[in-house]
Amino acid sequence: MLQTKNISASYRETVVLEEVSFQVEEGEFLGIIGPNGAGKTTLLKIMTGVKSPLTGEVMLDGKDMRSLSRKQIAQIMAVVPQSSFIPPLFTVEDVVMMGRYPHQRSRFTITKEDNEVVKDVIQKIGITLFGSRFINELSGGERQEVIIARALAQKPKVLMLDEPTASLDIKHQMKILGLVKMLVKEDGITAIMVIHDLNLAARFCQRLILLHNCKIHSHGKPEDVLTSQNLKEVYEVDAEVNYNTSIDSLQIVVKE
Amino acid sequence: MKSKQSFILTILLVGLIISCILAIMIGPVFIHPAVVVKIWLHKLLGGLIQPDWTAIQETIVVDIRTPRVILSMLVGMGLAISGTAMQGLFRNPMAEPYVLGMSAGAACGASLAIVLGIGKIFGVFSIPAMAFIGATITIFVVYNIAKTDGKVPTETLLLSGIAVGFFLYAVVSFLKLIAPDAVLRNVVLWLMGSFAMAGWTDVKLVILPILCGIVIIYFLCRELNILQFGEETALHLGIEVETVKRILLVFSALITAVCVSVSGIIGFVGLVIPHIIRFIIGPGHHILLPASALAGGIFLILCDILAKTVSQPVELPIGIITAGIGAPYFVYLLRRRKKAISWW
Repeated sequence: MLQTKNISASYRETVVLEEVSFQVEEGEFLGIIGPNGAGKTTLLKIMTGVKSPLTGEVMLDGKDMRSLSRKQIAQIMAVVPQSSFIPPLFTVEDVVMMGRYPHQRSRFTITKEDNEVVKDVIQKIGITLFGSRFINELSGGERQEVIIARALAQKPKVLMLDEPTASLDIKHQMKILGLVKMLVKEDGITAIMVIHDLNLAARFCQRLILLHNCKIHSHGKPEDVLTSQNLKEVYEVDAEVNYNTSIDSLQIVVKE
Repeated sequence: MKSKQSFILTILLVGLIISCILAIMIGPVFIHPAVVVKIWLHKLLGGLIQPDWTAIQETIVVDIRTPRVILSMLVGMGLAISGTAMQGLFRNPMAEPYVLGMSAGAACGASLAIVLGIGKIFGVFSIPAMAFIGATITIFVVYNIAKTDGKVPTETLLLSGIAVGFFLYAVVSFLKLIAPDAVLRNVVLWLMGSFAMAGWTDVKLVILPILCGIVIIYFLCRELNILQFGEETALHLGIEVETVKRILLVFSALITAVCVSVSGIIGFVGLVIPHIIRFIIGPGHHILLPASALAGGIFLILCDILAKTVSQPVELPIGIITAGIGAPYFVYLLRRRKKAISWW
């Protein structure tokens, strides 16, 4: 569904990504992890077409990203940014309707399909109750749900998330990631998420890419990537990795 | 929500018609509103109404005051729309043609045409054409100075607008210095902004470009709404941000230039009006743009009434009145921003 081939990138003189290649299949939930400055954000910017790579290419749904217009990209891929700026006095419905933009042909009218999609998405995310409220009046967690709803209104095949849980409490962290997992499972959406929290990454993602020093350090199932040895090499911490049966997932405890 | 919006638009439309009639009634010679309406209907419907007014009244209404009120309305609409577009595009309540140096660019182009006769190839259009060239070059210079790593941060944009504006005003001052006395008075009066000399020729000159500009900006209202969430979000939702930006800048420059070329520099209309209207009806550009246009028309018509009546028999330049209202409002915005309860 999405493939990067030998991506390299730099900001001015500094190299930030070197020869990064990987592939994400349809209906997969991939997590991109790594320490600060490893190149996660740059990689996401390149995969969303906001920044062009120095060398290499990104294939989206079998097509070279450079050959697609912004509108064509937005029909396939939706992005949930890290901290989106929220202007006041737009209602939740207004904001979700904006997700229909790449599919709208007419400049002024809203089709029946637009209305149906918006209604469905609002119901699916479970934000029906505050549909007519102003988005700036909502809490951080609720806002994030609205932004995800807007992304889903694009009817995307690929959903990109940049630190979707960064400023949320534990309850909303679980809720948002549970939602993404459900979308992957039920709707066959491909999700790619940049995330700092290793425990959440292990618990929700099917596959992980660990970036270190601008390169892919390791790549695979959470249990293969999140080993004490890898954590030592990349994060320079002594960590204990256990399997917690009650949540059926890995659990990482940093010792020092 | 919908009914509230159409209610406000209706109120504004009625307000616009009333201020038009007021502007035609008021002046050195008072003309009864019924006479104004009758003369208009007479002209529009081609003589269905039996004239019971004097020929002088008809001349005053038809040849002097009506073009003046139409011109001030169009300029008010144009400046308010380009202010709304600039504020929406840069997500900043301080953005408007005057602050971004566009008005200065237009003034500079037009002064070159008046004083040095540059742009004679455009014939009667030399002043507006030079104003448009000046405004367009200015906004792209300002834009490119502010551009860093392919992005245009608002703060840099405003600062570069102010810097370029200073330079252009210096050029205008220089032109004033070298202008012959006969031309100098014209330049000075025109720069301060005035509708005193307005005639039908001016109306014919500006009506098409202003209305075209307004329609094209209105076509981008959906993009303007999404842009409120930032440029990156707009890209992700499928907007070609750079293209939209260029279209908005060029047509705002066109509107500003045309306004400046017929009426001189009238600042702050594009700042005050969109801000107040946004406060009343919210951020959706579908309704914000037309409402701002109507309110801008009303505002400038009323300012022009003040301009002709405050110090009779001498007329005040209208630019002094709009600046007298707009500059304190700008300060108020700054103060409010400091208290962090800003609109944006």
